[in-house]
Amino acid sequence: MILRILGEGQYDVADHAIDRLNDLDGAVEAAVEAGDEAAFTAALAALLDGVRTVGVPHDLDSLDESDLILPPSDASIEDVRHLLAGDGLIPG
Amino acid sequence: MSIMKRMSLIFRAKANKALDRAEDPRETLDYSYQRQLELLSNVRRGVADVATSRKRIELQLAQLEQQGAKLQGQAEKSLQMDREDLAREALTRKSALSGQIEDLRTQHAQLQAEEEKLTNAQKRLQAKVESFRTRKETIKATYTAAEAQTRINEAMSGIGEEMGDVGMAIQRAEDKTATMQARAGAIDELIASGALDDASSVNAGDDISRELEAMSSKSDVETELMRLKGLSAPAAPDAIEPGAGEGEQR
Repeated sequence: MILRILGEGQYDVADHAIDRLNDLDGAVEAAVEAGDEAAFTAALAALLDGVRTVGVPHDLDSLDESDLILPPSDASIEDVRHLLAGDGLIPG
Repeated sequence: MSIMKRMSLIFRAKANKALDRAEDPRETLDYSYQRQLELLSNVRRGVADVATSRKRIELQLAQLEQQGAKLQGQAEKSLQMDREDLAREALTRKSALSGQIEDLRTQHAQLQAEEEKLTNAQKRLQAKVESFRTRKETIKATYTAAEAQTRINEAMSGIGEEMGDVGMAIQRAEDKTATMQARAGAIDELIASGALDDASSVNAGDDISRELEAMSSKSDVETELMRLKGLSAPAAPDAIEPGAGEGEQR
């Protein structure tokens, strides 16, 4: 699978590694829902580190679309809500 | 997969929406390529802007550090002259400066990080724009308008995602730089107002300098007086000393 960390670029991640990332992603979502900024920062850092660790950088000159897109490393909960509010999935 | 998946869907939808559509799908490729080149020059300008802000902060840091060193020197000199009150004043000002310097260092680190991010974004976009150009020429040369659509969609959505990402990176960098420029402007004003005592205004000096100067010129006078008194006591060497000095100069 190809994952993109916004502001960083694309990574190739083996399918079997996705489950682990899903858990980390779940923690990010829980923190966003709870509005817990400290938990969010830690969870996002863990998720992105996970992607960087299990993934290898995707070819720079490829025109492949990513399967999954992740928020930038310096994102706040507000930023993520803003990104997701693009077509109103999260109210407010 | 919630956050990742939702974000991907939204991002893709936006990227697709932003695509220009022409009657002949092959023309779409040229339109898109033009926009890619524009974005590439935007990101280059973004890198230059952030670098300018970073250099401005470096300049301010140098000024403030110079001022800090000057205050330190004044404090030492004041103590040598037994003026603890002046030394205290100089050190108080120096500690106020230290706060500003810390703050500027943090900003400097942030700008450096932003500059690096944008430079990398530029590299990534550059590589993708190059391959898009090659792909575009191949598609135009090989396929009829009807056949081309699928290939075009593939090429467009891949680069559309990168363009969306780079566009966001530029926006974030601009926002950060704007905040820091406002603060840098405030510090420039502070320096200009003399509140931080601009070290470059040698003539004006500051009150601590003035007092130290007054004291040292006073003590110079005393030293000179003592010397003259000492010299005038014995009769003979009175004329010899200046003469000896002149002799060395010749």
